Amino acid sequence: MKFTGTDNYVASPDLQIAVNAAVTLQKPLLIKGEPGTGKTLLAFEVAKSLNKKIYTWHVKSTSKAQQGLYEYDAVARLRDSQLGDEKVKDISHYINKGPVWQAFESDEQVVLLIDEIDKADIEFPNDLLLELDKMEFYCYELQRTITAKHRPIIIITSNNERDLPDAFLRRCFFHFISFPDRDIMKEIVNVHFPHIEEKLIAEAMRVFYSIRDINNMKKKPSTSELIDWLRLLQIGGLNISDLKNLNVSKSKLPYEGALIKNEQDVELLKRMGNKSIQY
Amino acid sequence: MFLDFFYSLKKYGIPVSLQEYLTLLEAVQEGLPGLSVDNFYSLCKTTLIKNEQHYDKFDQLFGTYFKGIQTVELAPPLQQLFDDEWIKKNFDRVFTEEEKALIESLGGLDKLMERFKQLQEEQKERHEGGNKWIGTGGTSAFGNSGYNPEGMRVGGESTHKKAIKVWERRDFRNLDDTIELNTRNAKLALRQLRLWAREGALEELDLNNTIKKTAENAGMLNIEMVPSKKNHVKVLLFFDVGGSMEPFVKSCSELFSAAKAEFKHLEYFYFHNCLYEHVWQDNKMRWGHEIPTIDIFHKYNSTYKVIIIGDAYMSPTEILYKGGSVDHHNAETGAEWIQRITMHFPNTIWINPIHEAEWGYADSIQIIKQLMNNRMYPLTIDGLGRSVKNLMAKNKQTH
Repeated sequence: MKFTGTDNYVASPDLQIAVNAAVTLQKPLLIKGEPGTGKTLLAFEVAKSLNKKIYTWHVKSTSKAQQGLYEYDAVARLRDSQLGDEKVKDISHYINKGPVWQAFESDEQVVLLIDEIDKADIEFPNDLLLELDKMEFYCYELQRTITAKHRPIIIITSNNERDLPDAFLRRCFFHFISFPDRDIMKEIVNVHFPHIEEKLIAEAMRVFYSIRDINNMKKKPSTSELIDWLRLLQIGGLNISDLKNLNVSKSKLPYEGALIKNEQDVELLKRMGNKSIQY
Repeated sequence: MFLDFFYSLKKYGIPVSLQEYLTLLEAVQEGLPGLSVDNFYSLCKTTLIKNEQHYDKFDQLFGTYFKGIQTVELAPPLQQLFDDEWIKKNFDRVFTEEEKALIESLGGLDKLMERFKQLQEEQKERHEGGNKWIGTGGTSAFGNSGYNPEGMRVGGESTHKKAIKVWERRDFRNLDDTIELNTRNAKLALRQLRLWAREGALEELDLNNTIKKTAENAGMLNIEMVPSKKNHVKVLLFFDVGGSMEPFVKSCSELFSAAKAEFKHLEYFYFHNCLYEHVWQDNKMRWGHEIPTIDIFHKYNSTYKVIIIGDAYMSPTEILYKGGSVDHHNAETGAEWIQRITMHFPNTIWINPIHEAEWGYADSIQIIKQLMNNRMYPLTIDGLGRSVKNLMAKNKQTH
């Protein structure tokens, strides 16, 4: 069973090796890369291609490691005790299982996505070391250890907002999704738009890469933005001649908002246009 | 098996651990890379390297180790790979039997290396063709794309071999900024600087009060909530932006970004060399936008912790004399202003990016240190830790 990308997802050979190594040796895979290069999507595609269920845990700045394991709802239990509910005698009714627990107790191997781990508190990854290493944790309320029946395929994404601790990194495989070069990008576009005119893609990609080549841009457009933009171009019924004769100093980029997400970059583009730099 | 490779990674500053090495061996044992060297390269990368900044260095080392010497276009620390010792040590592995025989035919490795270095010195320009210099396309023993089989390949791709390898493309060259952004350490040190307080929305169950209220309520449940604990420490940062601070800009901005991420209540101001009657908040718009230092005393009360960051390296007159400032006329001496700050804010410390051992060589540093009641710390993790400790101490005003 090997991951080789899917109909909707083009994985570089490098990435395939990384995923397969993580799957075979049952260690977590840490994915970093520019926003919009398909980090989160990878987990879903791996699940799809290996035909496995997926559990997701989207980390927020307020997330605690404990929440991924389980939460004990003491208030609900107190309330039930007031109402004389029979349920109250069994504490396990008040344990809300988190995604990690659910993935651990699944009867078959699953994919577990821990999304944007760098969003959380600086200590967050350290609190998950044992869970990721041994794939088990201790539930104090039930006084038993929860061990993974089948070690899940864990995919962790990070946007590089903060450095992760070494001890954590040591337990993971690591892959940095670099920005796709033109050939791979063409493949990606073809996967998304199988029926689009070849020439339109070529022109659009030329414009896209020339925008990416502009230095000092705050937020360079990424793959997902190119896809969105192409979709808009297609819906808007623009043809090649519109793109070919494009000159920023005179006309605006069609559907600019899909590519440029920052007002300073819009300004920058305008200024460059005034210097009559063509795409 | 690849132990030498593992150690050379470690030697050139890539943080690898035994655990990762064992994982790699395990993966090889599982037959993961198959037969292709490309796959093996990818596997090594995903197991051993945990930060894209190290990709470039890794690419170079991988190329060097598994192919012998191929490139002189190395980053300065890697240039050492070219020393004779390394080649001698790895002689057996780097060269094939055929190549070894050829090296012997040229008078042995020592002679070859010697000549290589000599040519490197003599040669000043890029060279193509010809039969002596290091360059491309010639028949000299050195260079690439040449026809001399005993030649060493120097940079570039080989025209007579197969296509260029991934690691030779060095796609990640600009990710390797060699400077490791280590704000994590700074953040962890600054973490100690905290005052817990409960404020804001009611988010947590207050167990003690709930029990109490429930008991008072004759056993009927009465939930009490409290706001969650948050760090309420308030910090003022003063940054020296003088010319002598230039070499420390990087470490200071690291500290700054760490502080910004850690403290919710953080205000920062700039000054030049020494603190006087005004500071400013936007470095590009200093003139006309100064903030009187006295206003800071009015606006921020003494519960604020003050961190001054500067090298304190200047002429003593700038501290001790009226009108001593380099860029304006100051009616009162810098020393007076520093004293005023330490009086108003009992928790004030000075962080100096200059190495602690060199402080004794500048009078101005000694004077400022005295004015700060010795509360001057170096910009190191240890120094940060000590300064935070001092900031957290109560009534630290010693005169």
